Amino acid sequence: MPHAFVNALVGGALIGLSASILLVLDGRVAGISSVVGGLVRARQGETAWRLVFLAGLLVGGAALVAFRPQALVSHAAPLPAVWLAVAGLLVGFGTQLGSGCTSGHGVCGLARLSKRSAAAVLAFMVAAGLTTFFIRHVLPVSS
Amino acid sequence: MKRLAVAFVAGIVFAVGLGISGMTDPARILGFLDVAGHWDPSLAFVMVGAIAVHLGPAQWALRARRPLWSDAFALPTRTAVDGRLLAGSILFGIGWAIAGYCPGPAIVNLVAPSRPLLAFVAAMLIGTGVFRASEGHAMDPVCPPSPLAPRPPSRS
Repeated sequence: MPHAFVNALVGGALIGLSASILLVLDGRVAGISSVVGGLVRARQGETAWRLVFLAGLLVGGAALVAFRPQALVSHAAPLPAVWLAVAGLLVGFGTQLGSGCTSGHGVCGLARLSKRSAAAVLAFMVAAGLTTFFIRHVLPVSS
Repeated sequence: MKRLAVAFVAGIVFAVGLGISGMTDPARILGFLDVAGHWDPSLAFVMVGAIAVHLGPAQWALRARRPLWSDAFALPTRTAVDGRLLAGSILFGIGWAIAGYCPGPAIVNLVAPSRPLLAFVAAMLIGTGVFRASEGHAMDPVCPPSPLAPRPPSRS
């Protein structure tokens, strides 16, 4: 188990490094939901870097497939696709309404000591914890 | 070109960090969120590691006049903790806990697609698009005048 903690810390440090590169050199916030959301009706000159960043995510994913395949093997119990679709709608709509996700609020915002991001992180962590509790421990079909 | 390279490298490093940390496995996410079950607290250290590295640069950015390679920062300008922020974050938290995916890991996982993942990402894009299309740019941070647009050669 200590291994998992070290990996989390090292992986987290890389995420922080990525956010720092983007912010210090280019002045951008590495919030994934905002990078994606900004593609819709983007201003002129606001599209290319977003697409390139997302391409980088996929290239990084390909590197994981090559060098650390276990990272992308899901061990989650398979859910019906309809539930995944409901979840996707909630994540897509919710992150836009709430102006950020785990990266934008949870890393970038907290590192700026933003009260707004702290409130958002608290809100989504509590909501996620309660939802997990409900699904796993209240619903009769929980595993 | 230099600035697109920054975005590309940042994307790669971000994805590798997500993969190493464990964030790309929905089972690990759900184990982290399941405080009342066999709780796996390790993923809390992703945030610890990320903020430990990013805190200094982020604080620098709040004080610096401009980034090193571009003309202006594009930082969020809103400061109010309002209903939209909280409602949106709650909806996001619910979706995150159902699927085990937040936006970054979902996109990274596209290199090894599965039917549930594709359903999630398609719906996420629809949810994003529906909101953005109805809102226009109201939620965008104030951005500098198109730094990636063609401009006369300069030494900046």
